[in-house]
Amino acid sequence: MEEALTFVLLTLAATLRVATPLVLCAMGGLFSEKAGIIDVGLEGKMLVAAFAAAATAAVAGSAWAGVAAGIAASLVLALLHGFACITHRGNQVVSGVALNIVAAGLTVVLGTAWFNRGGQTPPLDGAQRLRPLFLPEAGDNILVYAALAAVPLSWWIVARTRFGLRLRAVGEMPLAVDAAGISVNGLRYRAVLLCGVFAGLAGAYLSIGQNAGFSRDMTAGQGFIALAAVIFGKWRPGPTFGACLLFGLLDAVAIRLQGVKVPGIGEVPVQLVQAMPYLLTIFLLAGFIGRAVAPRAAGVPYEKEH
Amino acid sequence: MAVPAAIELSGIQRSFGAVQAVRGVSLAIAPGTITGIVGENGAGKSTLMSILYGLYRADAGEIRVDGRAVRIDNPRDAIAHGIGMVHQHFMLVDPFTVLENLVLGAEGGPLLKGGLAAARAELARLADAYGLSVDPDARVADLSVGEQQRVEILKVLFRGARILVLDEPSAVLTPQETEQLFRILRGLRDRGVTVVLITHKLREILAVTDRVCVMRQGAIVAERDTAATSADELAELMVGRKVRLRLDKAAPRVGATLLEARGLTLVDRRGVRLLDGVDLSLRAGEIVGVAGVTGNGQTELLQVLAGIRPPTGGTLAVCGRAIDAAHPGDPGEMRALGVAHVPEDRLRQGIVGAFEASESAILGYQAEPPWCRHHLLDRPEVDRHCAELMDRFDVRPRTPGLLSSHFSGGNQQKLVLARELARRPKVLLVGQPTRGVDIGAIEFIHRELVKARDAGCAVLVVSVELDEILALADRVVVMFAGRVAGEMPVAEANERTLGLMMAGAATGAATGAAA
Amino acid sequence: MKPLPRWAEIAVLPLVNIALAFLVVGVIVRVIGADPVQALRLLVTGAVGSSESIGYTLYYATNFIFTGLAVAVAFHAGLFNIGGEGQAYIGGLGCGLAILALDRVLPAWALIPLAILAAALFGAAWAAVPAWLQAWRGSHIVITTIMFNFLASALMVYLMVNVLIAPGSMTPQSRTFTAAGKIPSMQEALSWLGIAVAPSALNLSLVLALACCVGTWIFLWHTPWGYALRTMGHNPEAAVYAGTSLRRTTMLAMAVSGGLAGFVAVNELMGVHQRIVLDFPAGYGFAGIAVALMGRGHPLGILLAALLFGALQQGGAELAFEIPAITREMTVVIQGLIILFSGALLNMPRPWLQRLLSLFPASAGKGGA
Repeated sequence: MEEALTFVLLTLAATLRVATPLVLCAMGGLFSEKAGIIDVGLEGKMLVAAFAAAATAAVAGSAWAGVAAGIAASLVLALLHGFACITHRGNQVVSGVALNIVAAGLTVVLGTAWFNRGGQTPPLDGAQRLRPLFLPEAGDNILVYAALAAVPLSWWIVARTRFGLRLRAVGEMPLAVDAAGISVNGLRYRAVLLCGVFAGLAGAYLSIGQNAGFSRDMTAGQGFIALAAVIFGKWRPGPTFGACLLFGLLDAVAIRLQGVKVPGIGEVPVQLVQAMPYLLTIFLLAGFIGRAVAPRAAGVPYEKEH
Repeated sequence: MAVPAAIELSGIQRSFGAVQAVRGVSLAIAPGTITGIVGENGAGKSTLMSILYGLYRADAGEIRVDGRAVRIDNPRDAIAHGIGMVHQHFMLVDPFTVLENLVLGAEGGPLLKGGLAAARAELARLADAYGLSVDPDARVADLSVGEQQRVEILKVLFRGARILVLDEPSAVLTPQETEQLFRILRGLRDRGVTVVLITHKLREILAVTDRVCVMRQGAIVAERDTAATSADELAELMVGRKVRLRLDKAAPRVGATLLEARGLTLVDRRGVRLLDGVDLSLRAGEIVGVAGVTGNGQTELLQVLAGIRPPTGGTLAVCGRAIDAAHPGDPGEMRALGVAHVPEDRLRQGIVGAFEASESAILGYQAEPPWCRHHLLDRPEVDRHCAELMDRFDVRPRTPGLLSSHFSGGNQQKLVLARELARRPKVLLVGQPTRGVDIGAIEFIHRELVKARDAGCAVLVVSVELDEILALADRVVVMFAGRVAGEMPVAEANERTLGLMMAGAATGAATGAAA
Repeated sequence: MKPLPRWAEIAVLPLVNIALAFLVVGVIVRVIGADPVQALRLLVTGAVGSSESIGYTLYYATNFIFTGLAVAVAFHAGLFNIGGEGQAYIGGLGCGLAILALDRVLPAWALIPLAILAAALFGAAWAAVPAWLQAWRGSHIVITTIMFNFLASALMVYLMVNVLIAPGSMTPQSRTFTAAGKIPSMQEALSWLGIAVAPSALNLSLVLALACCVGTWIFLWHTPWGYALRTMGHNPEAAVYAGTSLRRTTMLAMAVSGGLAGFVAVNELMGVHQRIVLDFPAGYGFAGIAVALMGRGHPLGILLAALLFGALQQGGAELAFEIPAITREMTVVIQGLIILFSGALLNMPRPWLQRLLSLFPASAGKGGA
């Protein structure tokens, strides 16, 4: 009985640990998408943030400096995405893919040039990492709580503030916003920057909270899973949070299933277990997407007639 | 001292590239009046009003509001000066409530709560003052078109507008809803609001305006007191020459029934009955005109007849083939049976803007000989075919290699018509044949349709322009709410009866055996 | 925005986009403490400085042609196929299985076409599933193809480690193909014609690539299916009006796209490695996006862009060798920047170019319609 309880608690803790970057990233993606800017580049933003955070923490000796650097790096990418998609009305998917690729390459190039460890940053310890606050085994550092707080905060911003109303309007009918005398581009830039902040937090968490340093491609597709969570969550903060928890749970359970013999099937292949989040994403996309209605103007660059 | 004009425009100029959309326009609009600005497509009236509203900036000229010179660089400036615009395409956010739409841009603070409460109170006050009522918590997507327009007007009044500009407001209203709108406008005028009405419909000008300005090719060609002019004079001023509103055509020589629809029904995913038991028959050698306000099933009717959508119920017999829900047709099959289709939305369905004209000229027929042999396209043959079409239908410029989007609306429509008529179809389905088409091309297209009918083709014309229906059709069918509200020979049709049918207020005339 | 004259659109604008990308790279090179000019010189000589390096440049270009064509075909249908990596990988499974099963039984002239067909079919199948999901379930093809890349990776690792591994081998790779499953190298082929070149990885699959260029051109602009596909890409409503089934055209476009991507395996596995290896798609799928964008979706442009990328890859490898501070990932950065400048920031140089051209009234007056 006690073993079962420990198992449940540990799984819960693992779930939260894995879900934290997903939740932070997803909230960021939510703001961007709701304003009508598709963001496939969450992965890249998380990656550069992770690198910047670990590199800065290693050099400056402070985790907080790392977090700040992570946010800054993510904001740079977010600004580039905004510049391409909003100011120059470029294709949003192409921009996201491009920035992901640049992030993947640049982090290794700079990492190798500066630290000479084949792309990794030096291992971090002590003040360079974010410390757990209450439960050392659960690894609940401040960013975990930030992620939990981000959900109701995002809901409140979207549903109860002027900014949120305008954000929703610009994602549905930018023409109405423009005709009301509000700057469509200004709103979208703010949404994109907000996304950058959240993705930056997610990346910083990865390299200096959950792990002890940056290694190449450490985001491993979590940015895409966060995007998928936004879609399942039908672009609403609450359900999106639920989707992130589900994926976190899957991942936590998956680790435990490795090497375990499931009756009737035998040993579950490691690769199947690793592929589960992607498989599930696809199954859910195949089943649910028909009902979910994206913000109407998402993906369409806004062209002022004059 | 005279009361200053509510709006005074002096010497407004605006060009787009080489095209002068507005040429030296000077206009004074007295406060508390309803002024109409009338002109054809491309006359410059919408551009002029967009300049007034700050959507465009004038290249030259001055604007005065209530006697003071002002700069209007964007809609915000216009709103600040009390100018409000109700656009033809509503600028409403569908998933939002009426209150949220009202408040967008004037929320009254970073948090919504206070702003929404204040807006609710203000809305009640406006409803009282101007007699415009709408449920504040209704979702805009659930409102009728007339109600949505009222929300647009309220939005403008909410921001303190005393000058109201409406751009083609009746385009999507039934005659009865239009009457309601006019009552509202008269009420606003009586309370001191200045109303400017942009339209191309002479009936409206004569019905509700105090003064009318006629624009042609970017300039104002005349100003009249409405009471002192007539439809004929205005039409002539608009076009610059006497316009024939009726075509000379011989009596139809009617032949066999080529298309017969019985009880045609189309129900969409949400259970809405888009078509509700439509009976229709088309015979060789006649033109049947389908009248009705947009959104009453005409679009769906065309789609079902053309094979684009299968019916949910009822039967359709076309040139010998029976189509129903269990045996759906498809556009390719319909074409093979001899049914041609000129679609309502030329730019989205009729041509591909990014294709060269020669490629648009084979849209729907790309796998046909003589330009497709052994599954390969013979490009020189494609070009030759396009050139031939362009010659026959006077499509300009005669350049098959030019991108389809670079042709004017009239020339695009002629190309589409040429393409469909070239197949010598047995049945021709036409949607909005002259929407966005200049008047020279309108006459040409009308004559071609009559020619096709005289050659034995069964022609179905769907149009929102009653004048067009009355000019072209031998028989008139009116659609309302997915049903046939009335059917009669054209000799028995008049605008009053048709208008009532279009609003669902009357059904009538023989709907019995193939009229 | 007013378009530029045709010659400027096709030739000058893409060159400006690339120049901008290289400018940014130059800055990065400076930041990590190397000399950009020297790097550029090494890049160029590394790419085309010798018979051997030209061979390698063309060998890399072969892959870029395949993936560039793959992305372009899907683009013309309005679909964004980011799944080239996975489709190439599974294509490798296809041709690998065919060869492993039959290379002791069939002669080369029979086996090679069969294996090429298998690569295409498997690649097409891997693209068909996301296509089906998009067409019948409305699942966004960008996300599904990304997921399928991850799935392909997991699947191939599992198969290589557990099923296909050569007996007694420590690394996950299959046994070597017999000569029946080998595509002759270009050096060998040219020697039959009496021409001597340095040995390199370049092989006859380049011929297949060139044939695919021609075939794609014919398919897209000279067949009714290509016409329907392009119509769907521009105007889905017009395609429906014309009687095209959007679902079937989506499947067709993605199948062709996946098949083309699968041919990467022909070059890599049958031309070079002679066994199934892990990770051979190595970023070619994503780079295909850059190639398709630069080549403006036209096979001739793609060919030229592929040559450029091949040169970049080969030059980049030499560069990494000579200047250790500039790792191979720099090539990845360049690719990403080119996608950015040629894709999302495509229109950025337009105003500058128009202002430039307006200084020469004669050139500005031509075309531009």
